[in-house]
Amino acid sequence: MSILTFVSNVLSIGIPFSVALLLAALGEMFNQRAGIFNLGCEGIMAMGAFLGFIPAYFLQNSPLAGYANLLGVLAAGGAGILLGLLFALATVTFKAPQGIAGIGLQMLGWGTAGTLFRHFVGGVTGIPGLPSLPIPGLSKIPVLGPMLFSMNAMAYLAFLFVPVSYYLLFKTPWGLKIRAVGTYPRAADTMGINVTKTRYQALAMGGLLAGLAGAYLSLGQAKMFADDIVAGRGFIAVALVYFGRWHPAWILGGSLLFSIAQSFQLAIQVMGIKFPYEFAVMLPYVLVIVVLALTRSSAVRGPAELGKAYDREKRI
Amino acid sequence: MAGKLQKIRSLEVDGITKRFPGVLACDSISLKVGENEVLALVGENGAGKTTLMNILMGLYQPDEGSIRINGQEVRFKTPNDAYAAGIGMVHQHFMLVPNMTVAENVALGAPDFHRFMRLDLAGARKRIQEISEKFSLPVQPDAYIWQLSVGEQQRVELVKTLCFGARFLILDEPTSALTPQETDELIVLLKRMSAEMSIVFISHKLAEVTAVSNKVAILRHGRVVFSGSTSEQTPASLAALMTGHEVNLPVNNCCEECGEEFFSVRNVRAKSDRGFYALDGIDFSIHKGEILGLAGVSGNGQRELAEVIAGLRSVESGSIGMPGFELTNKSPREIINSGLGYIPEDRNTEGIVPSFSIKENLVLKDFASDEFSAGPFLNLKKQEANAEKLKESFDIRCPSVATAAGSLSGGNIQKVILARELARNPKVLVAVYPTRGLDMGAEEFIHKSLLEMRARGTAILLISEELDEIMNLADRVAVIYKGKILKILPSHQATRRSLGLLMAGITENAPGAER
Repeated sequence: MSILTFVSNVLSIGIPFSVALLLAALGEMFNQRAGIFNLGCEGIMAMGAFLGFIPAYFLQNSPLAGYANLLGVLAAGGAGILLGLLFALATVTFKAPQGIAGIGLQMLGWGTAGTLFRHFVGGVTGIPGLPSLPIPGLSKIPVLGPMLFSMNAMAYLAFLFVPVSYYLLFKTPWGLKIRAVGTYPRAADTMGINVTKTRYQALAMGGLLAGLAGAYLSLGQAKMFADDIVAGRGFIAVALVYFGRWHPAWILGGSLLFSIAQSFQLAIQVMGIKFPYEFAVMLPYVLVIVVLALTRSSAVRGPAELGKAYDREKRI
Repeated sequence: MAGKLQKIRSLEVDGITKRFPGVLACDSISLKVGENEVLALVGENGAGKTTLMNILMGLYQPDEGSIRINGQEVRFKTPNDAYAAGIGMVHQHFMLVPNMTVAENVALGAPDFHRFMRLDLAGARKRIQEISEKFSLPVQPDAYIWQLSVGEQQRVELVKTLCFGARFLILDEPTSALTPQETDELIVLLKRMSAEMSIVFISHKLAEVTAVSNKVAILRHGRVVFSGSTSEQTPASLAALMTGHEVNLPVNNCCEECGEEFFSVRNVRAKSDRGFYALDGIDFSIHKGEILGLAGVSGNGQRELAEVIAGLRSVESGSIGMPGFELTNKSPREIINSGLGYIPEDRNTEGIVPSFSIKENLVLKDFASDEFSAGPFLNLKKQEANAEKLKESFDIRCPSVATAAGSLSGGNIQKVILARELARNPKVLVAVYPTRGLDMGAEEFIHKSLLEMRARGTAILLISEELDEIMNLADRVAVIYKGKILKILPSHQATRRSLGLLMAGITENAPGAER
């Protein structure tokens, strides 16, 4: 196999892999920019994956089968919003410690999805999933075409959301409020910004994106559901937000780096290169740790009040 | 509510009362501010000044009483209502988001720059430009807040408040973080602005009050105890009204006859956190029973000097020592045991452990000594007795010595630190900005304590930005500028003007003999 084919194989698997991470990490970016650290991302993704899968599973042979995927995506996004708001209730309104509440949300989402799956479905069952949608013309470009322009609709939309989220965060009044309440909520409060409302909105947005990320895993990537389908991607997404310094472009870069490392290690195994596979599997995770350790903290740019509840009456 | 562009000719508060659980913060306060007046609102910490202003800004709701603008009653339910009526406040802690630009900070609080899915930053820049030209307040709309000095940030606060349409300004302790020069500039500016609007100036620095205001109101325990024209008052008479008794900030008037040279810092060089030499050949000595005042604009190496002496920062070259003990690059524990007392700059994070009780904080340096422990166990009874004794002699006002130290007021936290340090009978004491942000009662107490230590023969290094404090207490004054001591002169030769020039780095014309 030539080097070129190898690289193109690695990339054409690696790039679609990055979609779920990208969506979840962009969602977590909105949470953290508003000052909320949501470790429950993993749980929301599990629920999203399950709800994305269910309509496709039940409607497979019904006349409504054509709408199953859309229904699944909507259900996953809706559940994501609700779980995000639940997290807001716990951490913003009741000021629960965010790390602990996040672990709770992760277990809630994961456990609920798994239990419902065992009750209603039982065993591993495949679904048709999202069809790939080659872009006429562009997908015919040699090497690049199959790599970049033969993905499914959700993947295109996810990549399109990178500039959109940049615009939202830096060019709209809403983004300005999100950044202000994450950095100096008291200042925002004195300028008439509703800190509570803004943080609820950010968590709803984060939940929506995490739910969609889950739906992508079951509908677009695995085309099935299993208990452990998320497999730690929610936590990797949280790490990618730090790696990406709360900026959409860097988060895109981090997602791609991690997924390409992942597909590289798969390729090594498939090709039977003599390399202990245990180490190959570790590679992407080691990469994240190394990169995080080498990234300089830039407190001046990030949300300074990350992880802290806001209390107007507190003495300063 | 007052019309959008209507001038605020008078603002009255009438019988405002605000209760918090267990505290009567404002007790039927009535005040009036007329057209183009500057009212100084004066009082010790906890007198109710900030509570009253937060009511005016719509952050708190009053339990009783009313607010009238131009004779018409108004009600502010949120800060937005107060802005709409034309009232703007510059808070003591600047309300600016550090990782945003000046224009973004202005746009954040002004809904007229919020378009659908678009932020009108060009409009915000234009308004900033207009305001900054009108009041000659130069600001750069595209600078990030974290890049600006404290004085510049204050200018931004003022511009921001004016951009929101303020026609009535409230300034809450605006000078507490400014250098003397910046303070003077602010006073000139406020006088100029008072031609356009009325201003409420909250402060407990009485020299500023007499310089800037034409009316003064004094609050004590939530009541107005005095209200009248400033021109009839002196700083001393205001101090008496404010505290309810004559305040005599003690003055060090004996000099020359100090003991032998005891503590010396020789040619010390040390790096700052950012890697440049914050101390570039510092050289001075202090005699027994002498207070050396170190004057300078903050950020010229004061923090690093204190840390180097306390063993918290490493020395690159040079030496620090007292007879029989070399301090240079020793561990803090060794330095503490050699008899150095240290009152750090940031009392809440370096001076105490806020979540520990007062009695625990009082033995932080000695808990392992035989006095307060037996083998591996703490002797809680002795700890308690020690705390009760110090609470008495240092007049620490607290519900009990088991209270968390972090819940005390600034003045009482400083007394806890002072009690801990002085009870150890230090041979050398380093006090960094010991009265910053404290009221006059606490200041008086701390000054008295420092002079008492001096009389007992302690060599004291007093680092301060307050020239009055230094000139009142010090035997000799050293001026630090860019990591070097520019000059050391006996305090009777030092004047505000000569020190001010030295602090700005100008050496030629300053009178006073070279050391």
